[in-house]
Amino acid sequence: MIDSFEARLAVVAARRWRVAIVLTATMITLYFGFILLIAYAKPVLARRIAPGLSLGILLGALVIVASWILTWVYVRWANNHYDAELGRLRE
Amino acid sequence: MSSLLAALQTASRIGAPNTVAMGFFFLFIVTTLGITYWAARRTRTTEHFYAAGRSISPAQNGVALAGDYMSAASFLGIAGLVSTTGFDGLIYSTGWLVGWPVVLFLIAEPLRNLGRYTFADVVAVRLRQTPVRIAAAIGTLATVSFYLIAQMVGAGGLIRLMFGIPYETALVIGGVAMIAYVLFGGMLATTWVQIVKAVLLLGGAAALALLVLSRFGWSPTALFSAAAEKYGDAVLSPGRLVSKPLDAVSLGMALMFGTAGLPHILMRFYTVPDAKAARTSVFYATGLIGSFYLMTFIIGFGAMVLVGPAAIRGVEPGGNMAAPLLAEFLGGTPFLGFIAAVAFATILAVVAGLTLSGAAALSHDLWVGVVRREKAGAAEQLRVARVATVGLGILGVALGITFKGQNVAFMVGLAFAIAASANFPALVLSIFWRRYTTAGAVTSMLLGTASTLALIYFSPTLQIDVLKHPDAWFPLRNPALVTMPLSFAAGILVSLLAPRPDEAAGFDAVSRRMHLGQEVT
Repeated sequence: MIDSFEARLAVVAARRWRVAIVLTATMITLYFGFILLIAYAKPVLARRIAPGLSLGILLGALVIVASWILTWVYVRWANNHYDAELGRLRE
Repeated sequence: MSSLLAALQTASRIGAPNTVAMGFFFLFIVTTLGITYWAARRTRTTEHFYAAGRSISPAQNGVALAGDYMSAASFLGIAGLVSTTGFDGLIYSTGWLVGWPVVLFLIAEPLRNLGRYTFADVVAVRLRQTPVRIAAAIGTLATVSFYLIAQMVGAGGLIRLMFGIPYETALVIGGVAMIAYVLFGGMLATTWVQIVKAVLLLGGAAALALLVLSRFGWSPTALFSAAAEKYGDAVLSPGRLVSKPLDAVSLGMALMFGTAGLPHILMRFYTVPDAKAARTSVFYATGLIGSFYLMTFIIGFGAMVLVGPAAIRGVEPGGNMAAPLLAEFLGGTPFLGFIAAVAFATILAVVAGLTLSGAAALSHDLWVGVVRREKAGAAEQLRVARVATVGLGILGVALGITFKGQNVAFMVGLAFAIAASANFPALVLSIFWRRYTTAGAVTSMLLGTASTLALIYFSPTLQIDVLKHPDAWFPLRNPALVTMPLSFAAGILVSLLAPRPDEAAGFDAVSRRMHLGQEVT
């Protein structure tokens, strides 16, 4: 019984860390991608995509919006799946 | 044109004693001291003093986290940078936010479930208490001290510029109020001071941004177009800020991972009832902080178009007075007074949070954990925490006066670099890695702190900007790109070279508590 509890916890833990690492890697990619574009592709970011709006400003704002979306995705996943699995483990 | 700018400059009331600012600031002090009186009667144990009795709701903690994090330096600094360079300010706006998702994914919930008051609790949970707590306290105090100096010196300069009162007087007034919050009201008062401050700062920033947008048909792109028309297309494109890519990446690493290692931020996760509440509070904080930095971008462009970069630099060469000047332009002296008071209140609140986390490292980690080996009684713990608070508060004011007039802007970057290189690696490895050992943890924390201090000393930031030498031995302005991987590598290598099966054996119990919470152990 103890063994099966430990094994089930290990599965839940592994899944939680997989989600965390994928989301963290996504955030790192987006932010450092933005920084590297600024460093190496200034003319691309200077391109105007609408009157008064450069690609750089749009992407910068999108990095902020992406942070919101990723935290929302994690909280939704954790509230629906992670908490439910922990609840089953506690029983 | 230049005569118009000169007229605007002489018309500014910045630097003159401002009764509206004084009035608002007095109101803030009275309100927060009232909160402190209320909180003091509810602060009887160390759990109250350090963690507000774990009674803060997720939404309240989310606002308080935002309050702890949004400093006057980032508000005034980013608005100023945008108003004088345009797009480049956005690089900072994003950098200050992107650490928050990392805090949520990796740190917040394990920290809440494994620790009691400090991040050292988490690192020490299955390792040897004494060496880990000493090393963690060194990392904490280094981070807190540099952040504190930057805030204090910034506060003194700001108050002299905006209220017209002497630097030392300003620091002593701020220091006394701050010590009163923490000493009597502990974490409960500090939390509510953060909440009041966050609401004021977000409200002030929103009012400024909305007033700007109202003049451009509620369209940000119309505002950007007006800026490009006046000052050229370059203001909408990347400029010279990122001339060296490695510098930008290194600063980005310090901001992103340093956020997840700031002691005063980490401590806030202990104030909520459970891990789920900690999770939810980061979600709120990320939303608020992101909105705040988007608004500073609008405010910066508003100041560029409506006030003008030349007039802004004329008042203060660093551009830091862009937001106050814009407030004066849009709402006259009363609005300037309000924004000035909010900026002062902001510094006071951040300093209170820093002092409390430093006091926890001194009293909870060093005195109770190391000197008294967990044998201190409840009354003694609370007494030591309060003595540490007063000591740190006085030290903060003294440091502020010592560094008066010096260029300390680099110290915020330094604090983030130490947090990313000493605190963050130890925290992550102790949470994730079974084979992490005491020797590995102590090595990564001490090496992280020492290498960051050494490399910042040899960097252009200190050698060229502060010491005025012609060149610097170390090329990067912020050392995190080197020091954070170094700290991770050293921690892993030392743990692998001298394995400790007895310490690894504790990992299963830790893992259970990390996910299921303390009630299960």
